[in-house]
Amino acid sequence: MDIKELYKEIVLDHGKNPRNKKKCKDFNQDAKGHNPLCGDKVHVFLKLNQDKKVEDISFEGEGCAISMASASIMTETIKGRDFNVAKKILEHFLHMLKEGSKLSINSLSEEENIRMMSLSGVKRFPMRVKCATLAWHTFVHAAEGGNETVNTEK
Amino acid sequence: MDIENIKSQFPIFKNKINGKPLIYLDSANSSQKPKNVIDRITKFYSKEFSNIGRSVHSLAVTATNRFEETRDLVKKYINAKFREEVIFTKNATEAINLVASSFGEKFINKGDEILITELEHHANYVPWHFIRQKKGAIIKFAECNERGEVDIDAIKKLITNKTKIIAITHISNVTGAIMPVKKIVDLASEKEIPVLVDGCQGAPHLEIDMQKLGCDFYAISCHKMYGPTGVGILFAKKKWADILPPYQGGGGMIGEVKKNDITFSDSPTKFEAGTLQTAEVVGFSESLKFIESIGIKNIIEHEKKILEYALETIKKNNSVNVIGDPKKRGSIISFTIKGIHPHDIATIFDEDGLAIRAGHHCCQILHEKMGIPASARASLGIYNSKDDIDALSSAIKKCNKVFNN
Repeated sequence: MDIKELYKEIVLDHGKNPRNKKKCKDFNQDAKGHNPLCGDKVHVFLKLNQDKKVEDISFEGEGCAISMASASIMTETIKGRDFNVAKKILEHFLHMLKEGSKLSINSLSEEENIRMMSLSGVKRFPMRVKCATLAWHTFVHAAEGGNETVNTEK
Repeated sequence: MDIENIKSQFPIFKNKINGKPLIYLDSANSSQKPKNVIDRITKFYSKEFSNIGRSVHSLAVTATNRFEETRDLVKKYINAKFREEVIFTKNATEAINLVASSFGEKFINKGDEILITELEHHANYVPWHFIRQKKGAIIKFAECNERGEVDIDAIKKLITNKTKIIAITHISNVTGAIMPVKKIVDLASEKEIPVLVDGCQGAPHLEIDMQKLGCDFYAISCHKMYGPTGVGILFAKKKWADILPPYQGGGGMIGEVKKNDITFSDSPTKFEAGTLQTAEVVGFSESLKFIESIGIKNIIEHEKKILEYALETIKKNNSVNVIGDPKKRGSIISFTIKGIHPHDIATIFDEDGLAIRAGHHCCQILHEKMGIPASARASLGIYNSKDDIDALSSAIKKCNKVFNN
């Protein structure tokens, strides 16, 4: 397999120019994530309304192209959706990384599915799966009001 | 020197990685193992194995002899004066922990100072942190300069009457800077301050002579010296080995055990509680024989040649930033490529069978100082050739291509 399967154009684009990489205004929940083995760090900011809808989401952090692209794609995918729907999307996403399966999540548009699927190449690189999942786990932690830093090794 | 012949003694190079021949540039992390070392372990388990130092049967005598012969070989190799100065540990980390714990317990008190440097691997910081916490001691960090080295003045200005020990690396595992150990030892001895040297990167790539270096403690990682994992060595000057309290308690390290009192044996057994990694220690005797069959001077000369070629080659690529520019450099080059995270570099390299290390290399203090979260590191062993460096150079170009730089 070509290395381009991992570094697809969408991934490179989001890795180099991550969307929503800032501290969003009026965030009411946030959480930090850390992978101590490689040093990747992410800080997710959320504006969650009373109905648990993600009104705004953004992140700050540093890490490899995979981790930055995944965080960027996550913010674009999750923004405006209910937390429960977001958690379902994450389940499908994790399944894709594990099984290499295609994504066809009903609640997402075709474009959104394709964007998420750009990260499917990670499956062949077990050492990089944590890079792709760190921001997502940190998001769930933020939404659930966790205080501790998400640590990929715990 | 016939590097192809030397390389052929390492069975791992017969394997393909991702369908490509293995190019191994990660020896600072751990070196590969020559066949004589691998065979020695098999032979030991097949023909000579028994627990050592305990039973009186023939196998126990044979195994004990093989184990203790290795201690003699190490003593000779590092030019220690006494065999009591050679203590086997599970790794260099344990060797440093042993000193931090035993020396710290006896000699470090509240307000005392431990002097280390910003170049240290976590293995030469965290054990001292434990003593800092336990005793209320202070850790001072000698500053690393722009070249990625710590000069003697940076250490000199931090020495006070409270300095109880100086713990320094021999070669930085990030910048490759070779520390002026002898000068530091001379400086420290004026004030009778003991010096511990983390020799993980030094021992495989330099001549190590305890009489010339003059340090009080020297920690060695055997798996970085073409030896098995699970073996480290602590050289401790006899004056310290004699008086430091045991590190761990258990079988083998005792004198007499009574319900109300226990006495301990002398060094080295005092520090070697429990059954040790016997086969691996015996295997390490073959690593020393391997090194001596080539000659450490020849190894140094060869690695220097490849290192210079590597620096010259990769510096030609404008996207590459080499970390540090020490006047004296060991077989290590850490670098970044503009706009590409080191983990992405390592993954792209791996597709071509090229193994390097990416990350903070257990040196977060140094990376923070340099303002980078991580770096990529290529490090050399005796099996590397200019061809490997050409492959490294091509792989860097490939990274830029993949990332459309």
